[in-house]
Amino acid sequence: MATTTTKFEFKIKDYKAEIHNDWCPGCGDFGILTAIQMALSKLQVPPHKVAVVSGIGCSGKTPHYMQTYAFHTLHGRAMPSVTGLKLANPGLTVIGVGGDGDGYGIGAGHFVNAGRRNLNITYVVFNNDVYALTKGQASPTIQKGMKTKSMSEESIMEALNPIALGLACGYTFVARGYALDVKYLAEIVAQGIQHRGTSLIDVYQTCPTYNDLHTKTWYEGKKPGQSGQSPLYRLDQTDYDPLVHDPTDRREIAQKKAQAILVSEQPDRLPIGVFYRCLVPTYEDFLEKRGVLKQDFDPATNDSHFRRDITPLLEALA
Amino acid sequence: MAAKTASHNSFSWMIGGPQGSGINLGAEILGKALCRAGYYVFANIEYHSNIKGKHSYYRLRISDRRVGSHVEEIHLLVALDEETLFGDLYHEFPAHAGHIHEVAEGGAILFEEGGQISPPAIQERLNGRSVHLFPMPYSRIVDQALATVGKAGQAHEYRIMNNTAAIGAATALLGFNFDHVAEVMLSGFHGKARKVGEMNVYCARAAHDYVREHFHGKIEFGLPTAPANRPTQIMIKGTQAVGIGKLKAGCGIQTYYPISPATDESVYLEEHQAEYGLVVLQTEDEVSAIDAAVMAAHGGVRASTSTSGPGFALMPEGLGFAAMTEAPGPVVCIYQRGGPSTGLPTRHEQGDLSFALHAGQSDIPRIVLAPGDLTECFYDTFDAFNYADRYQIPVIVMLDKHLATIYVTVPPYETEGLTFDRGALYDPQRDANGHYMRYRFNDSGISPRSIPGQEGGIFWTTSDEHDQVGHISEGVGNRLVKMTKRMNKMGMAEREIPDAKKFALFGRQDAPACIVSWGSTKGPLLDALARLDPEQQNYSFLQLRLLLPFPAEAVTKLLKPAAKIIVLECNYSGQLASLLREKTGIQAHHRILKYDGRPFSEDEVVTALEQTVAGGPEQLTVADGKVVDPAPYGRAEVERLLELRERSAKMAPPMVPLPPGYNR
Repeated sequence: MATTTTKFEFKIKDYKAEIHNDWCPGCGDFGILTAIQMALSKLQVPPHKVAVVSGIGCSGKTPHYMQTYAFHTLHGRAMPSVTGLKLANPGLTVIGVGGDGDGYGIGAGHFVNAGRRNLNITYVVFNNDVYALTKGQASPTIQKGMKTKSMSEESIMEALNPIALGLACGYTFVARGYALDVKYLAEIVAQGIQHRGTSLIDVYQTCPTYNDLHTKTWYEGKKPGQSGQSPLYRLDQTDYDPLVHDPTDRREIAQKKAQAILVSEQPDRLPIGVFYRCLVPTYEDFLEKRGVLKQDFDPATNDSHFRRDITPLLEALA
Repeated sequence: MAAKTASHNSFSWMIGGPQGSGINLGAEILGKALCRAGYYVFANIEYHSNIKGKHSYYRLRISDRRVGSHVEEIHLLVALDEETLFGDLYHEFPAHAGHIHEVAEGGAILFEEGGQISPPAIQERLNGRSVHLFPMPYSRIVDQALATVGKAGQAHEYRIMNNTAAIGAATALLGFNFDHVAEVMLSGFHGKARKVGEMNVYCARAAHDYVREHFHGKIEFGLPTAPANRPTQIMIKGTQAVGIGKLKAGCGIQTYYPISPATDESVYLEEHQAEYGLVVLQTEDEVSAIDAAVMAAHGGVRASTSTSGPGFALMPEGLGFAAMTEAPGPVVCIYQRGGPSTGLPTRHEQGDLSFALHAGQSDIPRIVLAPGDLTECFYDTFDAFNYADRYQIPVIVMLDKHLATIYVTVPPYETEGLTFDRGALYDPQRDANGHYMRYRFNDSGISPRSIPGQEGGIFWTTSDEHDQVGHISEGVGNRLVKMTKRMNKMGMAEREIPDAKKFALFGRQDAPACIVSWGSTKGPLLDALARLDPEQQNYSFLQLRLLLPFPAEAVTKLLKPAAKIIVLECNYSGQLASLLREKTGIQAHHRILKYDGRPFSEDEVVTALEQTVAGGPEQLTVADGKVVDPAPYGRAEVERLLELRERSAKMAPPMVPLPPGYNR
């Protein structure tokens, strides 16, 4: 009996750039980087058809470690950058990456509006509660009353809930992963890339240098005072259903969003996996319907922009 | 009485009324009709940052030769409300005293009979000057028109149609063929709306006939004779000229955040985005607008964004990013308005020059262009994209409220000789050897760029200093090469861009006085010089169109023979004069400045130049049609208005909000 073997054309290493990585040893970022590379390999997206776009910070260096088109932009501006790139070159698989301060702090306005726009892109947020590259100041996701060893005082601001914010902004795929569970994170990222619409993947990321609260041991539930059981659990191993089955049903959308917020706000348990998924037309779909942009438009080969006749415009003004 | 031709061979017409009363539409219909009939028209509008009710006015200057500015006097004033004539004297601190004082001796005022405006009040304010008054029974005329669609007796609900009637009446007073107006008026109505169009034409015609019947031969000023055989021309605004320039240049994405007076350009492009396959992206702020444009340029399409001073204030971050990553663009159009801060959102100024030249971190290469009229707006915008691609550099096009909103007769744009320069591109044949480097050092200083998606063209880039590959580098050697690589583009652009695109010299090079200016002052300057110095003996005018890289050598040479160098511009400090000094060491002898939020008129330039060459001071400030000592003049003006308000207690209440008839 003949057997067929799947031969992977693009291996994980094909997405790895040959460059020295300067993240701290043990940084959670390594797990996220590998997960993205695994996801791309799983989906067999040719490296030259991928663009990874980051903001600024430790996470901002991610594009340098990718063997893809790579843009390390400005602090907080990953989403505007992704937006411009995707609309110019809609055939690319575009992945935005950035930190929690980048996305939920300085880039908060962009975060909100990227969700509303719903381009067919993926946004991975490296969430470690601190601004690490500037030596550990409090970020928007640090909980009120908490103080890492890098902070001089405890935080007196409420923590932002990225899941709830993402849902409020209109992200059509909202998920969360854990940087040190690389295999499952890769699965989530792959789902996010496959999702037609803007995918938000918030990732619990350990910062071994500045965040001494949410460490690997803490996520394992083994810190003194913890039960010994990890607070993390997988939503897909429960009867949780993230999918909106009828996207025209506003009640169902509201229910699915409410359920996602409820599970994301549990005091002692940290669910990971897909919280919410809803398939609606993307921004590009609307542009295509209007006749503005074809989704297979390739600026390298399509010269239609340079063959425009402005005579009708001038005639209308005569 | 035979109509005489107004001074300066042109007829000056104005319509004023509350915002929302349709004065734009009416003025533009008349302007387009006059253009089609062979005239040259220059029109400009002044309006408030307000949606409905505040005073706005639209001027048309109609001439037998090309004109590029307005004049102070008005030959026919169409007043749709009392404020147009007398100002906002109902206000606790009035801002203006209306336009009645601008009406020329022998000129005319058209107003509603039995309405808000009383003829005795007009006479009182005319103070003995002879001006013809034409009271019009608008509601009767509008009612007649409404009767044709079964809405007789509802004129009070359709006050907006007073504007239509006024256009018809003005057409008759001008002695202009009504058919031209009817044709343009109807062209705006299609399908089912055709009936509404016909009703409007009926209304305008009824007003026209009323004037012919009752006021025949009563106007002193008439239109000049239209020149014979004037080639076909278009009527266009600056925002459209720039928009069409972008479309022709192959722009693939325009990003913007709404801001006066830039928004109309993006809206115009939006209206045509499907026809031309152009993405118009409205972003959440200007930070996002410029970043999206930079990345679209990296992504492989030509990209631009349009804004005003307060919006550009959010863009230096993205400008630096574009320059650092050597993106091919974007083209950034800055429509300047009165500043600082929110300033005068709908008023004119050329106050962002210094900001545009210097905005950013460290040293940022950029090209700064300054078109001076609506022909140059098209061609400079087109060229901007070529420069962006060729030098992989951001290009700023300096525009302003005046250029944005003027509505002018111009020759249709010639696209025959236009060519596209996409600069150095990645060649898969040549470069796909596994060692492609986006920022490879080479002799030209411009590294071939790949477009994402191209096999073998993968590159990295970052806003950090980076090496040839695009990875972060803080090395000294690399830093030196990269900094010079980026900044050398300025020298390249200066060498390669032809002089004809950098500046223009009008008049004799050895004229005793040379006026140096930039941007939208070109129109009033050329008009003023045609009047002041028709033989071109006394003045030359050096118009600077490329402000960065500054053509220092050529400018120094051109200015050498001038005994007097006069810089004229619309800002407080003389920002071009500073640039001239910085780049050439030449200190202008005189500065003529205007920063009252309004553009120069022909008369203002004439007066200021006359005073300057007659031994005037180093700096003259112009406002309200004259040379003024700004602070004392402004204070006296404020006090005069307050006094006027005391004396005219009977001023009608403001039309804010507008009565329901305007809400159609």
